[in-house]
Amino acid sequence: MIALEESRRITKPAVRQTPAVELENVGKRFGAKVVLDGVNLKIAPGELVAIVGRSGCGKSTLLRLLVGLEPETEGSIRIGGVPFRGPNPGARLMFQDAALLPWQTVLENVALATSRNSDRRNEAARALQLVGLEQRAKDWPAILSGGQRQRVALARALASKASILLLDEPLGALDALTRLEMQKLIEEIWICEKFTAVLVTHDVEEAAALADRVLVMAEGRIIAESQTSLPRPRDRSSSEFITLREALLNWVMNGAA
Amino acid sequence: MKQPWYSLILPWVLPILLLASWQFLSQVGAISPRVLPSPLAVLESGIRLTKTGELPLHLAESFKRATIGLVIGGSLGFLFGLLNGLSNWARFLFDSSVQTIRNVPHLTMITLVILWFGIGESAKLFLIVTGVFFPIYINTLHGIRSVDPRLIEMGRVYGLGPFKLFQKIILPGALPSILVGLRYALGVMWLTLIVAETIASDSGIGFMTMNARDFLQTDIVLLGILLYALLGKLADSLTRLLERWLLRWNPVYR
Repeated sequence: MIALEESRRITKPAVRQTPAVELENVGKRFGAKVVLDGVNLKIAPGELVAIVGRSGCGKSTLLRLLVGLEPETEGSIRIGGVPFRGPNPGARLMFQDAALLPWQTVLENVALATSRNSDRRNEAARALQLVGLEQRAKDWPAILSGGQRQRVALARALASKASILLLDEPLGALDALTRLEMQKLIEEIWICEKFTAVLVTHDVEEAAALADRVLVMAEGRIIAESQTSLPRPRDRSSSEFITLREALLNWVMNGAA
Repeated sequence: MKQPWYSLILPWVLPILLLASWQFLSQVGAISPRVLPSPLAVLESGIRLTKTGELPLHLAESFKRATIGLVIGGSLGFLFGLLNGLSNWARFLFDSSVQTIRNVPHLTMITLVILWFGIGESAKLFLIVTGVFFPIYINTLHGIRSVDPRLIEMGRVYGLGPFKLFQKIILPGALPSILVGLRYALGVMWLTLIVAETIASDSGIGFMTMNARDFLQTDIVLLGILLYALLGKLADSLTRLLERWLLRWNPVYR
């Protein structure tokens, strides 16, 4: 808990402006089962926050609340200072499986996210370029590899121009090498597009490599958080990085006490 | 996926062999023409009836019945399938009753249908409509209920309204199943048509066949049977083409 107090002090000055996301005492229960319990969280615009924790700690549910797929049972959520109900138009969720429509081409899948009255195809093509898949625009998703599908899903999320990108273990199903590539890609795109991002993962190294701030969740609560200002792209063999990674791992495994 | 070269030839081998040996056995006199006329004789009577205009007339009649019945029954099945697939209320209200009626073989209704409608067009249409309704209904319902819920969730996250959700996700997701229903319905359609035209009719291939039976014209009876087989196969091939085009995104159909 000491680390938590310290990091609170560091975080505060950064969140002076209206937070992009603000959770106040948010709780969620399914029947008698408490999934989220008194979660308080502020995320600054443009911040990349990672949430780590074991399976079933409530991290995915938190994202579902943020994107409006589920209503909270207690507390309130404000996006850009405004409370919301129902689907959140400012946030996009990227799933663990790419959830591409198999009957639409790659380009059409990305165009699904672009706004109605715009030059949809061009916007979608631009987003595809960002993830380096412009060559595959006319292909069916069925013939892409797992990593390419996730890149299409990322392009779709980017094409929607949402200010908040929620990533629900987007790389969980990929092989180790593809994961590293995707992590690099997400970081690069995040740096140049400057959206707010919440990355849920159970890979502490991924969290340490990408996030400005890592939250550790257990049993529906945030039990620890850690701010990092290691320079990007992060050197995963540096001692600071390893210290951070081990601290996170220790919290996830043993709780914050 | 490219089809191997023999995929175009092998399907023809059995039918051609069968026709050739049939022709051979007829020509050497092993089969009496009264029992089974030779394929060439059947072809000859087909040409003769085409020249008199009889065959095209009956064909057109049968074809019209089949199409109208399929369109009406298929649309009803599709609409009910959609309704019950999309609304829990409708499903609880209708589905159990529909499933009960489905288990009545629709051809057992013939006696009743003749009492109700006489032997006119409406009786035959009614039978075809009830025949094709169920396969399309069941498969549409099943198709809609088995659309990947993650895709629907994705659609909701991306702010698709109910109509867009249906158009872009639910309908294309249900389509493979709906097309299976259509192929099945086509089979039922021909079967019903044959029975309906054989029992009570004054036109159509079934009538032509029954009429020929009364005059012991075995060649025309055979012609009718072969025509049913050909028409059925043609309908099935067309649906396959439709499948390959509509489901071209799916590697299984390429």
